[in-house]
Amino acid sequence: MKALSQKRRHPLAAIALLLMGLLLTGGLYAVATTVNQAKADTTSFSASDVEQGGKLFAANCATCHGMGASGTQDGPSLVGVGAAAVDFQVGTGRMPMQMSGPQAQQKPAQFNAEQTKQLAAYVASLGAGPAIPEANLLDGKGDAANGGELFRVNCAMCHNAAAAGGALTRGKFAPALAGVSAEHIYEAMVTGPQNMPVFNDSNVTPEDKRDIITFLKTIEANGSPGGADLGSLGPVSEGLFVWVAGLGVIIAFTIWLTSRTS
Amino acid sequence: MGNHSDGSPNHSGTVATAGQNEVEKFQDPGLPPHRLRLADTDPVAAKRAERQVAILFGTSVIGTLVFLVAYFAIDLGDDTSIATIRTQNLLLGLGTAFAMLGIGTGIVHWAKALMPDHEVSEERHAIRTEEDRQAAVRIVDDIVDETGIKRRPLIRNTLLGAVALAPLPALAIFGDLGPRPDKALAHTMWAPEGDKLKRLTRDPDGTPIKASDVTIGSAFHVIPEGLNELHEGKLNEKAKAVVLLMRLDPNSLNPSEGRESWSYNGIVAYSKICTHVGCPVALYEQQTHHLLCPCHQSTFDLTQECKVIFGPASRPLPQLPIAVDAEGYLVATSDFREPVGPSYWERDEHERLINS
Repeated sequence: MKALSQKRRHPLAAIALLLMGLLLTGGLYAVATTVNQAKADTTSFSASDVEQGGKLFAANCATCHGMGASGTQDGPSLVGVGAAAVDFQVGTGRMPMQMSGPQAQQKPAQFNAEQTKQLAAYVASLGAGPAIPEANLLDGKGDAANGGELFRVNCAMCHNAAAAGGALTRGKFAPALAGVSAEHIYEAMVTGPQNMPVFNDSNVTPEDKRDIITFLKTIEANGSPGGADLGSLGPVSEGLFVWVAGLGVIIAFTIWLTSRTS
Repeated sequence: MGNHSDGSPNHSGTVATAGQNEVEKFQDPGLPPHRLRLADTDPVAAKRAERQVAILFGTSVIGTLVFLVAYFAIDLGDDTSIATIRTQNLLLGLGTAFAMLGIGTGIVHWAKALMPDHEVSEERHAIRTEEDRQAAVRIVDDIVDETGIKRRPLIRNTLLGAVALAPLPALAIFGDLGPRPDKALAHTMWAPEGDKLKRLTRDPDGTPIKASDVTIGSAFHVIPEGLNELHEGKLNEKAKAVVLLMRLDPNSLNPSEGRESWSYNGIVAYSKICTHVGCPVALYEQQTHHLLCPCHQSTFDLTQECKVIFGPASRPLPQLPIAVDAEGYLVATSDFREPVGPSYWERDEHERLINS
């Protein structure tokens, strides 16, 4: 301690102190900042994954997205979209696109899990972007009540309060969320596929995303407390049912009441 | 009615015309011939109808029993899962429905199949005579006379005064429906308090938002700083102040003169309250930059300062001028420069007031 205090007047002491302070704030900032945890996530992918993915990409995707995924008139650049975007788009069968239209439709996936991983590895190697989420965020064991509140604030206006989906402008729509895997829900939030806005980790934290997934899985498992939900579409389907079935029963009763018995 | 098809003008209609005594009287067609029912002639059919009515009443008994069993036998206890509650509700509903329907349909079927069904016509009573009418007038005259209301003007006038004043409390009661919101509609919580600019915070937890958090394509649902700390009128304030925060490529924004400084690096904030009838406009399409109102499909184009490009809304969504404070958090540099939400009578006046 005495030696340290003697050295405090050393000409280099100020510089040493400054360096220490900068390292400390920089380190703290690196720990604290969470925006999308943007990192070139190549650690979980092997070099052969990237190589195989590059070949698959050149054969199946480059027509629209260009060689090296730099984008063409027909498709956007994929540099920096991250492994999560590839896993979502390819894993749900939206990519490769069947045809152009208001939005890419979900269809049976064209690549198996291994090929999807290789494509993701290739695209992730091109630039930093959201990574495929950790399994502990997808277990569906978060706080469903908190997830429900966040869902109603951030998601329900497009996806419907019961996650039954809804219409957007000019033929686009927000899909129903029943039956979508936790991984794909998470990836959609973090990457904002097509016209969906991005909900990055500083807007909805990873734990909050876990809660939202928990809520969605809970309402899917519990079903509708009131019995038949008629598609959860609200007054349209419920009104149709009441007008047809409810009024039908009333009309049948009035006819029976006023008819003569044989 | 007379028969018009015979073409004879002298025999058309039942109404006598003036000076013409030849009135053809309306012939009472009488009752249609009585038609016997099956149960009236066939004892087997009568017995069958009797059994049917008994079965319907029996259904009612079973319905009531189902209700009672469902109510008492299904133990909701402490651990009430939705499935248990749903089963009980279903049985309670079905039980009540059959208990009521069984009695109702049973009685109707009984009346229709077994009870006598002779048609009966009821004769009209004669109209009251002139003596009865005059007797009633005499009673009213007696009342006026005996109360002495004509002779005692003091009583009459105080009574009239009391009756005239009695409805006045209703004015006070209806007054409580007010006061009119007046200028409250023109201001929101975004107005700076003194020099302190309000931060944009996340809905629902109220944590402030850094400009660097808002990546391109993001949409944040925003409430003003301090909203969650309000004890009174929180929902009213929230209903006026909710904002949608989005970031797009700064080159795609086309700010008009005077609004260049209202955004920050492509981050823009717009009121979420539709200018048509006030639904929350929050369906944001990040590629087309359209905002869609779910109620009546009004569509606003973010790249043209939320100009209406489809639907019944008549004005663009109001923009909230934003900037970044010393710590990097987004703040509102002022309140909205026009009243948010749908039109109201004093809106133009309030807009002039805000901009003066």
